[in-house]
Amino acid sequence: MDLGELDARKGFFKETLAGLWSLVVGLKVTGKYFFRPQITVHYPRRTVDNIPSFRGPIELISREEDPAKPKCGACSMCVSACPSGCFTVTKKRPPAPTPEEIAEQKEKEARGEKVKKKAAPKEPERFLYDYSLCSLCGTCVEACPSGALRFSASPYRAAFDRKELVFDLLADLAERAREDRNPPGTGKTTE
Amino acid sequence: MGSFSIPVELIRIVVGVVAIAAFVALNAIILVYLERKVAGHIQRRPGPFEVGPHGILQTVADALKLVGKQLIKPAGADAFLFWLAPVLGFLPIFLFFLPMPFGPVLTTLEVPLGLLLILAFAGLNVLAICIAGWGSNNKWSLLGAARGVAQSVAYEIPLLLALLAVVFMKGSMNLSKIIDSQGAWPWQWNIVLQPLAFLIYFICAIAETNRAPFDLPEAESELTAGFHTEYSGMGFGLFFLAEYANMVVVCAVATTVFLGGWKGPFFSGSWWFLAKVYLLLMLMFWPRWTYPRVRFDQLLNFNWKWLMPLALANLLVTAFIMKVG
Ligand code: SF4
Ligand code: SF4
Repeated sequence: MDLGELDARKGFFKETLAGLWSLVVGLKVTGKYFFRPQITVHYPRRTVDNIPSFRGPIELISREEDPAKPKCGACSMCVSACPSGCFTVTKKRPPAPTPEEIAEQKEKEARGEKVKKKAAPKEPERFLYDYSLCSLCGTCVEACPSGALRFSASPYRAAFDRKELVFDLLADLAERAREDRNPPGTGKTTE
Repeated sequence: MGSFSIPVELIRIVVGVVAIAAFVALNAIILVYLERKVAGHIQRRPGPFEVGPHGILQTVADALKLVGKQLIKPAGADAFLFWLAPVLGFLPIFLFFLPMPFGPVLTTLEVPLGLLLILAFAGLNVLAICIAGWGSNNKWSLLGAARGVAQSVAYEIPLLLALLAVVFMKGSMNLSKIIDSQGAWPWQWNIVLQPLAFLIYFICAIAETNRAPFDLPEAESELTAGFHTEYSGMGFGLFFLAEYANMVVVCAVATTVFLGGWKGPFFSGSWWFLAKVYLLLMLMFWPRWTYPRVRFDQLLNFNWKWLMPLALANLLVTAFIMKVG
């Protein structure tokens, strides 16, 4: 038997012993876990609020200055970006002109001047999100130029009916603002 | 007594068989519950919890569900073989328990070659798997059956050799005699003299009962459910019962042959037997939630390259010492 062969055999036994030891290590790990307290909670009776990394349904982010107002500029980028067509966004209409303004406009028109209509505010009037279609792909979050969307961290958004899964995100935002659990920026909401 | 009398032995066997049937069913229910609880706690979740306090009635509910389900035979399956397989898998269970000494007097039938009886009929389980796979007309079933046969045939040999080492020492295959030759205290048990044989036996027992990490015939992640893919209701139920009963059998044999049977420090009796059997069963659950399933070549390599030579060497050394010593 030459030296190389001897080395190969030594390696073989070393590997075998290491393999056997790894089996013991594995048993030790699961054995230890057996006696550790449970992490899973009994759901309907208890819920958790410590999973900030959870990527739940999409929600709107509020403005720094007003927690009830979304950062959203109603540009509809998310509507076209979403592969599943989850969003329905309508922009706010321009405010109706007062009688004086109408009179002023008419005067200007009579003088042949150009009339400048009031611009619509860059805010959504309605912001619906159909969670039943959403695949949580995150394309909308990336596409939004205002950084107004994020994943929430609420895992308990189950429903008995498909229709209940169409969320009104503006109402959701208002409710969060009322209850004062609306972290601005990237901070997520948990239930 | 009059001219008409029933032999006492027959009554004993009938009572014994009924008791065995009850024991097997009850055990399966308890074991499934225990296994799911152990699995839960190892994975740090509660396990079954909703049916009954701490979910203890969960397996009863599952059993009722199984009994109530429709029996379906797939199109193109061989009806005779298809229905024969679960029965064939389940019936030998009674034979396994016949010679088992549960306590000093709690043996249904004193069989001089009790160990041989158990080992001989253990082979029927393989046949059941084989014809279940063949009769189902399903490729997963057939693959599972092929694996099952190769595995059982391979692992039966070191299992036999390991038990044979003890039989060489004691000169008897009578399970009661083997227990009699051991003392009450752990250092008087055969496991002290034959630790290697015990280890080999236990590994082979896990493989023989198709338990993880050697659960290739079922391998749900690759073969749906292996040989019992096509079985519904009690067809599956019988396989299931048989699997858990087989686990009890191998652990009971390990207890009698290696761990002193019903003998124990203080108060020898059936409770020691049951305690040891359940301890071994717990040890069987543990690897299932620890190790991944072995590959088929690993399974056979492990057997032919390690267990077989080790078992043979162990047997030879035992024989040598018995002859010389
Ligand atoms: S996460 Fe994906 S699927 Fe869901 S709303 Fe956003 S873009 Fe649509
Ligand atoms: S959420 Fe973002 S992308 Fe969608 S409409 Fe508002 S600003 Fe545009």
